[in-house]
Amino acid sequence: MMASALRGSLVTLAKGLSGARLQPFCARSLSLTSSQNVSESPPARADSTFKVTMVPGDGVGPELMTAVKEVFKAADVPVEFEEFHLSEVQNMASEEKLEEVLSSMKNNRVAIKGKIHTPMEYKGELASYEMRLRRKLDLFANVVHVNSLPGYSTRHNNLDLVIIREQTEGEYSSLEHESVSGVVECLKIITREKSRRIAKFAFDYATKKGRSKVTAVHKANIMKLGDGLFLQSCAEVAELYPKIKYENIIIDNCCMQLVQNPYQFDVLVMPNLYGNIIDNLAAGLVGGAGVVPGESYSAEYAVFETGARHPFAQAVGRNIANPTAMLLTAANMLRHLNLEYHSNMVSEAVKKVIKQGKVRTQDLGGYSTTGDFVRAVVANLRHRTV
Amino acid sequence: MATLTKVLKPILGSQLGNTAKVFGAAVNSQRGKPTYTGRTIPPPAKYGGRHTVALIPGDGIGPELLNHVRELFRFCCVPVDFEVVHVNSASTREDDINNAIMAIRRNGVALKGNIETNHTMPPNHKSRNNLLRTSLDLYANMMHCQSLPGVHTRHKNIDIIIIRENTEGEYSSLEHESVSGVVESLKIITRNNSLRIADYAFRLARDKGRRRVTAVHKANIMKLGDGLFLQCCKEVASGYPDIEFDSMIVDNTTMQLVSKPHQFDVMLMPNLYGNVVSNVCAGLVGGPGLVPGANYGRDYAVFETATRNTGKSIANRNIANPTAMLLASCLMLDHLKLHDYANMIRGAILTTMNETRLHTVDIGGQGTTSEVVQSIMRIIQSSGPLTTEI
Repeated sequence: MMASALRGSLVTLAKGLSGARLQPFCARSLSLTSSQNVSESPPARADSTFKVTMVPGDGVGPELMTAVKEVFKAADVPVEFEEFHLSEVQNMASEEKLEEVLSSMKNNRVAIKGKIHTPMEYKGELASYEMRLRRKLDLFANVVHVNSLPGYSTRHNNLDLVIIREQTEGEYSSLEHESVSGVVECLKIITREKSRRIAKFAFDYATKKGRSKVTAVHKANIMKLGDGLFLQSCAEVAELYPKIKYENIIIDNCCMQLVQNPYQFDVLVMPNLYGNIIDNLAAGLVGGAGVVPGESYSAEYAVFETGARHPFAQAVGRNIANPTAMLLTAANMLRHLNLEYHSNMVSEAVKKVIKQGKVRTQDLGGYSTTGDFVRAVVANLRHRTV
Repeated sequence: MATLTKVLKPILGSQLGNTAKVFGAAVNSQRGKPTYTGRTIPPPAKYGGRHTVALIPGDGIGPELLNHVRELFRFCCVPVDFEVVHVNSASTREDDINNAIMAIRRNGVALKGNIETNHTMPPNHKSRNNLLRTSLDLYANMMHCQSLPGVHTRHKNIDIIIIRENTEGEYSSLEHESVSGVVESLKIITRNNSLRIADYAFRLARDKGRRRVTAVHKANIMKLGDGLFLQCCKEVASGYPDIEFDSMIVDNTTMQLVSKPHQFDVMLMPNLYGNVVSNVCAGLVGGPGLVPGANYGRDYAVFETATRNTGKSIANRNIANPTAMLLASCLMLDHLKLHDYANMIRGAILTTMNETRLHTVDIGGQGTTSEVVQSIMRIIQSSGPLTTEI
C-alpha cells in the first residue's frame, strides 16, 4: 500500500516535471512594498464628505433626484453630489459632455443616476449614450433587488429575489447591418470571458450575502452555441462554489414560474436581454417600477440606479412619481460608501412610511404626491435621530 | 469493467479522457478538481472597487489577531471584504481545508493564521498548512526582516530578504517504513522548482534594487540534491549579471547570521533551511511578533506571519503582538494595489512602534494587543484621511 502511494506520488511528480514550465509572472506575483506611481486618488478627503456623481437623466429623473437630495439634507448625510445633465432626447448630449461625466465618475468611483432615454429613431448612432456610458466604465453586472415591501401587499408577498444581468454584451452589442435591402442582421455576441465574469460575480454575490442557490436563465435549446457558451461558463464557475446550488432554467419556463411560484428562485443570472425582461417582470410582482432598487458594478466603479429603468415621461411635472425606488437605491449607495448608519436610517424611514400606508403615491393605490411622500420620509427620519 | 479501469488507470495516468469513454468506464476526477486548472484563473473578485479576500482564522492567536485586522480595515474604510473560512484542525476529514483552498481559488488572495498540526495524529493526516501551500502551488515564501528603530535588539540595522522554496524539499510528506524500525524520509529537489524559485529571487532582487543573492545549501553532504539546487541558482544568476551571486553552507550561514548579520542581502534556499534561517532572522530583529511573511504562487497569494506560530500558550490573553499580522495585511493591500491604504496603515504601525514606544510583552513592554491597535487607529485618525467613527 505504501509502495503504491509512493508510486502515485512519483507519478504526480513526474507529471509536474513534464508539465511545469517557467511561466511568465503576472503582475500580481511580485510585491513591491512601496510603489512610486500612485495613480488612484488619495484616500484623504476634507471633512469626510463623500463625493458622488449624479446624472438625473430624463423624464421624472430630476424630480426623483430632488427627493434624494432633500432626504439626504434632512438626514445630514455627508455626501456631496456633482451633477451632470446628460440627455439624448433633450439635445443636451455630446461627446464632451459624456467625457465630463466619465471623468467625474472615474474620479468619484460612485454614481447615482436616472434613466437616460434612448430615442427610437435611428439617427446615425447605433449605441445609445447609456450603453456607451456602461461600456466605457465596463459596468458589466447589473443587480436588481426584488424585495416585497412590508405593508404593501401584492399577489406575491414576502418575495426576496436578486436578479443579476450581464450588461455589456449579448443582444445589446449594437451591431446591426443591412447587407441586402430589406434584410437586417442583428448580432448577439456572447463571449466566454464575459460569461465567466458575470457568473463569478453572481456566485460571489451569493456567497457574500449568504444565498443558497443561483439559477442561470438561458435559451440554449434554440441558441445552442451562444447561450450554450453562457451556460457552460456558468457551470464551470459553479464548480468553485460547492456550497451554492446551481441550476438552470429556460427563459420561457422561467417567466411562467415567476408568475406562478416565484419563491423557488433565489439568485438569477442571465445575459442582457433576458435580464431586461425578467427585471421588469419581477418589479411588477412586487409593486412596479417605482419600488425596486438596483445597481451596476464594474471592477472599479459602482453606479446606483433604479431596478426597472423607465423615464416615465408622462409623469413629468405632475408630481406623481414614486420616489421609493430611488430612495432605496440611495440607501444602498450609502451602504456601499460604508455609511451604514445613514443607510439604515434612510431605508427604515422609507419602509416605515410604506408600512404605515397613509402616504402612498398613485402607483401604489394612493393619492399622495411625490412631495408628500418625501415629507413623510423626512418626518420619519427625524423620529429616529431624536 | 471496473477491474479493467483499475488496470488502466495507473498506466494511463491522467490521459484517460476519451479512452475511458471507449472502454465504458467513468473518468475518476481527483477529489472533484475544478476545471479552473493553473491555465485559466477566474477573474479577480473585485466589484465596485471592493475586493474580496479569503480569511482563514486558524488556531491560537490567529482568530484574535485577524479580528483586529478586520476592525482596523473597517475603521480605515479599506475597500476589502473578507470571506471567512474556518478550518477545524482537530478533524481528520479534509473537507475543511478543501473549502479553504476553494475559497482562495475563488478570491485569489488570502490572509491566514496558522493551523495547528497535531503530532500525535496518524501520518496520513497531512499538515493543513502544507496542503494549502502545495495545492495552490505557492512556491515562493518571502520574508523581509528589517530592524525597527524603536525595538531594542542586540543587532541593529538588519535588512535581509529571505526567499524560501515553499512546496518541495524536506516537506514533501513522503516517508515510509519498508523495514520495521527503519524509516526513509524523502527530500525531493527538482530542477523546475529550483529554477523557478531562483528566477523569483533574482527578479525580486532586481526590482528592489538589491545587490547580492546568497544561496544557502548543504551540497557538500547532499551532493545531488542540494547540488542540483545550487546549479540551478548558478544558471539563473548568469542571466542577471548586475546582481552578485554567492553561496554559503547552512551551518556557516547560521553562525554568520548571529555574529555578523550585515553581510547578507537577499538569501535564497530550499524549504527546511528556509524555515530555520527565517526563524533565526526573526529572532534577530525582535521576535516572531514583528515580521510578516508572504506566500506567492503564479496565480494566488497568501499572507501570514513569517514564522507561522500558532501561539497556543498566549491565545485569548490579549498579550500577542499584532504587528506581524497587521504588516502582513499591509503586504496584502500592496498586492491588491491599494498602496495608499497600505502606506497609511504601515506608517501608523511604525509610528506606534518607534515613536510612542507602545510595545507588547514579547518585545519588552507592558501594552496589551488592544492598546496597540487602538493607538494605531488613533494615529490614523489624527493624520487626516477618511475614517469612520471609532
